[in-house]
Amino acid sequence: MPALEKSTSQAPIKEIRDKTLMQRIWRDAKMNRYVYLMLLPVVLYYAVFHYGPMYGVQIAFKDYSAALGFAGSPWVGFKYFEEFFNSFFFWRIVRNTLLLSLYELLFAFPAPIILALLMNEIRQHFFKRAVQTITYIPHFISIVVIVGMLVDFLARDGLINNILGMFGVEAVAYLREPEWFRTIYITSGIWQGVGWGTIIYLAAISNIDPSLYEAAKVDGANKWRQVLHITIPGITSTIIILLILQMGSIMSVSTDKILLMYNSSTYETADVIGTYVYRKGLLESNYSYSTAIGLFNSLINFSLLILANRVSRRMSETKLW
Amino acid sequence: MNKLSIGERVFEVFNILFMILLCLVTLYPFYYVLIASFSDPSWIVKQRGLIWLPEGFNLDAYVRVLDNPMILQGYMNTLFVVTVGTLINVFMTALGAYGLSRQNVMWKNPIMFFIVFTMFFSGGLIPNYLLVSELGMLDSLWALIIPGAISAFNLIIMRTAFHGVPISLEESAKLDGANDFTVLFRIILPLSLPVIAVMILFYGVGHWNSWFNALIYLRDRELYPLQLVLREILITNSTDSMMTGTNAADTMPIGETIKYATIVVATVPILVLYPFLQKYFVKGVMIGAIKE
Repeated sequence: MPALEKSTSQAPIKEIRDKTLMQRIWRDAKMNRYVYLMLLPVVLYYAVFHYGPMYGVQIAFKDYSAALGFAGSPWVGFKYFEEFFNSFFFWRIVRNTLLLSLYELLFAFPAPIILALLMNEIRQHFFKRAVQTITYIPHFISIVVIVGMLVDFLARDGLINNILGMFGVEAVAYLREPEWFRTIYITSGIWQGVGWGTIIYLAAISNIDPSLYEAAKVDGANKWRQVLHITIPGITSTIIILLILQMGSIMSVSTDKILLMYNSSTYETADVIGTYVYRKGLLESNYSYSTAIGLFNSLINFSLLILANRVSRRMSETKLW
Repeated sequence: MNKLSIGERVFEVFNILFMILLCLVTLYPFYYVLIASFSDPSWIVKQRGLIWLPEGFNLDAYVRVLDNPMILQGYMNTLFVVTVGTLINVFMTALGAYGLSRQNVMWKNPIMFFIVFTMFFSGGLIPNYLLVSELGMLDSLWALIIPGAISAFNLIIMRTAFHGVPISLEESAKLDGANDFTVLFRIILPLSLPVIAVMILFYGVGHWNSWFNALIYLRDRELYPLQLVLREILITNSTDSMMTGTNAADTMPIGETIKYATIVVATVPILVLYPFLQKYFVKGVMIGAIKE
């Protein structure tokens, strides 16, 4: 009897709630009809051009044929993943990708932080502005032009060899030597991005409360101590956020730069997941196989991002979401 | 009490020297390319080391570059993609940013999640390619425009900027009977010109510099954008087509200066505009850095 009572008394309440939810949806749709009309093309765009490819990712588990399409092609399970894990290229491209990311993290990531700290110490305002303006420039130059200059300057008879030749260093065709690839990739990357990368840190530095410095001066802290105990802690949360984002792309180095920079004589160190996917997928039309590799890659990136975010949230309250 | 200690003085001197060095390292490659492009080709190939002034001033290389139909065609294709592409980008991004910056929109957060999720996970190269091909956009400049119509990152920047427009303006306009389209185009956008400039620049420079999508989506050489033409000239090394009419001994040197002149022709538009636009770029990064 009590059970029955309960159910009878609950049913109308649920109905009322549903009704109000429906009413709310209806009212919202009516009131914001123009807003939704505007959002419609945006949502459609994302559905087609971002979720469409995500739907298409299923061909990693299928034998894709153009005639049968995404949905119609027959399932083959993990065949292509196994093929990739057992392939000779697996370790090579994973190693190359990870090493380039690791060196990027070690050298290219801290570079703008250090440069921003140094720029912040420039007291001549005009000079500081000039340095900023100049160091931002490479960020706007197309990667094709940058690699074009690299190819030219690093050729056997190029500028770099000519300069080093004056000091008796023997000429090397740098872009044909596998052992030079990583150095060139990272160094040119720093050249391109170090200035631009300072913007966000300089902004963080300028947000630090000036009274902290005043107090430190009163306490007799010298410049170095001020940087160590005020400036650096003041930008730590910015550093952590950028670090989390960097972690989320540890398995993706800039494929388009490498595609321009590498050649068959440097594959040993230069071939990465992205370039391999490009060659296998688009040049050799192994669609399912390359999709499987791409999926493997994005899953790792996605997990690392979530992991880094969780670790950071636990350790320091700084988080992406 | 603002006297510097000896250590701080020494640091300051080294810091300034370091900055000067950094600027030189940044600028010299461009400077080298510029003066080399104006120099006598056979002089250039004989140089061993840094050069500071052009020698044997001539414009041969430029004549050949501007005579090259591929470069001209590439310029036109790139201009089309930059103008039409950026227009679509900014329009679509504004629509999304407006809707997602309004209060009391019930589905706002789910839609936001729907969009932001794509920043962290994507289908990858091949499914994207197959989709574009399925939609019949291969070998069309639209393939360089439509699939990248909105960048979620830019959408967030624009939304943040729209949040800054006082809500009272919108409310009073609505009392006067304005609908959301009027509010967006008559009130919000005119008050957000700086962020629109930022958007035009981010998208525009992106289109100007991009080449990879053109590589995978275009077969027809008539459609090649400038960057893809540059790639052929600078990296896959084919200045041959521009060297007809020079005898064999001259071929190699002029090939070098043609490369330099090509770089100059393709980079000058950006470099000339850059000093005027720099502050907008910086502003964009700043807005993008603000979290919620």
